[in-house]
Amino acid sequence: MSQETNVHPGMNLGYTDGEHEAEVKVFGFWVFVMSDLVTFGLVFAIFGTMAGATAGGPGPEDVTDLKSIALQTALLLGSSFGFSWASLSMKYHDQRWRTLGWLAVAATSALSFLIVEAIDFRDWYHMGAVPQRSGYLSALWALVGLHGLHVAGGLVWMAAMTGQILRYGLTDQIKSRVTRMGLYWHFLDIVWIGIFSMVFLAGVA
Amino acid sequence: MEMTDIFGRLAWADLVLLDVFRSPSVDTAVSSGAAWIMVLGAVAVVVWLTVAGRWGWLWRDWLTTVDHKKIGIMYITLGFIMMARGIAEGVVMRSYQATAYQGGAFLSEEHWAELFSTHGTVMIFFVAMPFITGFMNYLIPLQIGARDMAFPVLNQISLGLTGTGAALVMISLALGGFETGGWTAYPPFTGADFDPGPGPDYWVWSIVLSGFGSMFSGLNFAVTIYKMRAPGMDYLKMPVFCWTALCTSILLIFALPPLTVAGLMQALDRLLGFHFFTNDLGGNMMNYANLFWMFGHPEVYILILPAYGIFSELTATFAAKRLYGYTSLVMATMSIAVISFGVWLHHFFTMGQSPSINAAFGIATAIIAVPTGVKVYVWMATLWRGRIRMTTPMVYMTGFFILFTIGGFSGIILANPAINWQVHNTQFIVAHFHNVLLPGLIFGIFAGIHIWFPKAYGFRLHERAGTITAILWIVGFAMTFLPLYAVGLLGYPRRSAAFDDPAFLPYMYVSLTGAFILLAAFCGLFVTLGISIRNRDSLAVPLGDPWDGRTLEWATPSPPPPWNFPVIPQVSSLDAFAKEKAEGKPYVQPAEYRDIELPAPTSAGMVVMVSTTALGFALTWWIWWLAAAAAFGLVAYFFVRSFFEYPHVVIPAIEVQRVNEAWIEALHLCTPVNRDHEDDPRNRGHAATDMAIAS
Repeated sequence: MSQETNVHPGMNLGYTDGEHEAEVKVFGFWVFVMSDLVTFGLVFAIFGTMAGATAGGPGPEDVTDLKSIALQTALLLGSSFGFSWASLSMKYHDQRWRTLGWLAVAATSALSFLIVEAIDFRDWYHMGAVPQRSGYLSALWALVGLHGLHVAGGLVWMAAMTGQILRYGLTDQIKSRVTRMGLYWHFLDIVWIGIFSMVFLAGVA
Repeated sequence: MEMTDIFGRLAWADLVLLDVFRSPSVDTAVSSGAAWIMVLGAVAVVVWLTVAGRWGWLWRDWLTTVDHKKIGIMYITLGFIMMARGIAEGVVMRSYQATAYQGGAFLSEEHWAELFSTHGTVMIFFVAMPFITGFMNYLIPLQIGARDMAFPVLNQISLGLTGTGAALVMISLALGGFETGGWTAYPPFTGADFDPGPGPDYWVWSIVLSGFGSMFSGLNFAVTIYKMRAPGMDYLKMPVFCWTALCTSILLIFALPPLTVAGLMQALDRLLGFHFFTNDLGGNMMNYANLFWMFGHPEVYILILPAYGIFSELTATFAAKRLYGYTSLVMATMSIAVISFGVWLHHFFTMGQSPSINAAFGIATAIIAVPTGVKVYVWMATLWRGRIRMTTPMVYMTGFFILFTIGGFSGIILANPAINWQVHNTQFIVAHFHNVLLPGLIFGIFAGIHIWFPKAYGFRLHERAGTITAILWIVGFAMTFLPLYAVGLLGYPRRSAAFDDPAFLPYMYVSLTGAFILLAAFCGLFVTLGISIRNRDSLAVPLGDPWDGRTLEWATPSPPPPWNFPVIPQVSSLDAFAKEKAEGKPYVQPAEYRDIELPAPTSAGMVVMVSTTALGFALTWWIWWLAAAAAFGLVAYFFVRSFFEYPHVVIPAIEVQRVNEAWIEALHLCTPVNRDHEDDPRNRGHAATDMAIAS
């Protein structure tokens, strides 16, 4: 509430009235992320209870292609890394092209992640590991698919941000939006690390 | 192109309106009749809006507004519309059970199952939830000294999503029918194998879509309370209603995801053949029961906590005393919120857990009664030696005290797994949850309406009509639901379509009589409203403080201007307004006026409501083109919208000054009225405070 503290130095808004507004919005977004994390947590829990429910169908050892998973992990973490640079350039340089360049890196990397993931889904389909086959596969498709949908939604968001930066430049409002997008993007990384270790690594351990 | 490409699986046979003509019977007359009442009611509203030329008024003043006060009123209106349906169903259900001896009832068993499913769904999600959300909407910003919610547009969108859920349940009345598996909709009974649809699909989409709305409401309220409080209002200087609202909001944020997850998994099972909750191929129904009640039990407290907040404000105001034990009440509220996440399993003690797990959850359930007990003592101590005015809210409070305590005790009985095994799935349970929800939540809401209606509309509700209605509610409740404890103990299973034991009959008749009294009580609310509107001049309280209130919302005119406060108030203590009055200097005037920026009206909420209703309807009936169009339209709308600066309306300082000074002048011209004349035309909303001693 107080105007004297710069609560979001990452946005570099200075000590303006916009600070309080940005604070409310960023805090609200944290709350949303928290609720979304509960959603993921529950789907993880359901996956946990269904890990053995393969009903004689394909199991973790059949659907886990560690090479592909490693590639996906690298691409998604790379995307987050690119986004960090976008945030930093937004803070230290008032050059829209610099920020946009890093956003493009993040987006390309995430899009590649989705393509590799889609190839995995296609392979599962061809080996008969479809969600209709067993409870385990239902939970697998739902959990990995939910994360993938979040990433796809993030890409749409990034497209909107790109358009807005092109149109308005790095205004306070856009800085606040990019900051929130960053929260979302890094949050999806953390969820992926959960999927990577709980679903795939633990599945073949 | 085939018809199924356009209409999915929707066919003429699904038109419930025509059932009575196709196969005339009492059963189809009731279902078709209900459908016709809804359709004709909707047509009547449309005709009235057109004839009276009110479309523009509806659109500009209500549907596109982002004013938290109007949004709150719309939630409560929605609650009443849906309550009309819920109560009608309740009366039909009691009639059914009174005639169900040896299977002689007048409705089909299928219809009966549909009735108890819709009744529960409607009452919990589209009556109780809109009521509490409406109250929190109206009161939070006024009580914490803010101009609006933290996210006004999101607030409107939440309302739109709630409307979507209600619309889908209402549409099911005329098209295809609702599900038959109870409000909890346990699979596999509601799975695709046993019930291909459309009933369970209606349930899933109305619950999931309105659930998003509730989650966003919780988020909005929590952020508003955390970040928008007036300067000086520390957490322990917040009005106690805001504390209960904060706890409810936290519950909404954490408890709605399990419902969403359960609903969407159920949808995946039904639409795409997944195996989350099916009987075969590794599906596990217990996952559903756990997910549902991880939401379901916190939900109970989501509903009841704001009512506790209302009762707390009520006792302090109408006993003219400071709330006794504010801090303990706050701690009790927080404890309830936290513990409510650790008791969900008591909803299915009989479903195969080990005794030690049952014991753990039984103990947790009994523990949650402790903070609730603290609250009851806090209210009693507040009333103790207060100058109590026995107005309508206090009548509701009296009913609440006695009846809710009975309901609470039956809850403690049920917390014991051994006893629970004996009475589970009997009418005892029906008696218990009606006993806590009706005298707890609904009495709180109606008491609250009597208190805050004058704030919203500038005139009081008629006192005698209100009191009679309150007594009808109390008597009607007692007659309808207390007998169900007895038949429950005698072994009458809930939801059963027929019974063979003639010993149940007398209880069923008492219960049926009670149901008609409740119907009369419900009508009494509208009679009260009608009488009050007719006498609104003598009941007018435009000056804003008819009850000698204690919190900031009473320090505004009634109804408050769209900007709530001319300048954001400075707060130095709990019960800020009471303190000012006790010190003899209320209505502090601003040194200077400034322009006020308010968010402009937007159609975002209506866009969301229309597109998500289309989406839910399309997914229910497998109309894939419509589902795709609705989903794409929704995303495209927000994508494009994000490119435009959100407009504001500026209220010039001079206008703020004019409105405020007119109010202050009226206050000075009016003789303050003491509490003995609270209930007569001399009360214009300027209270001669009774608090100098009591505070």
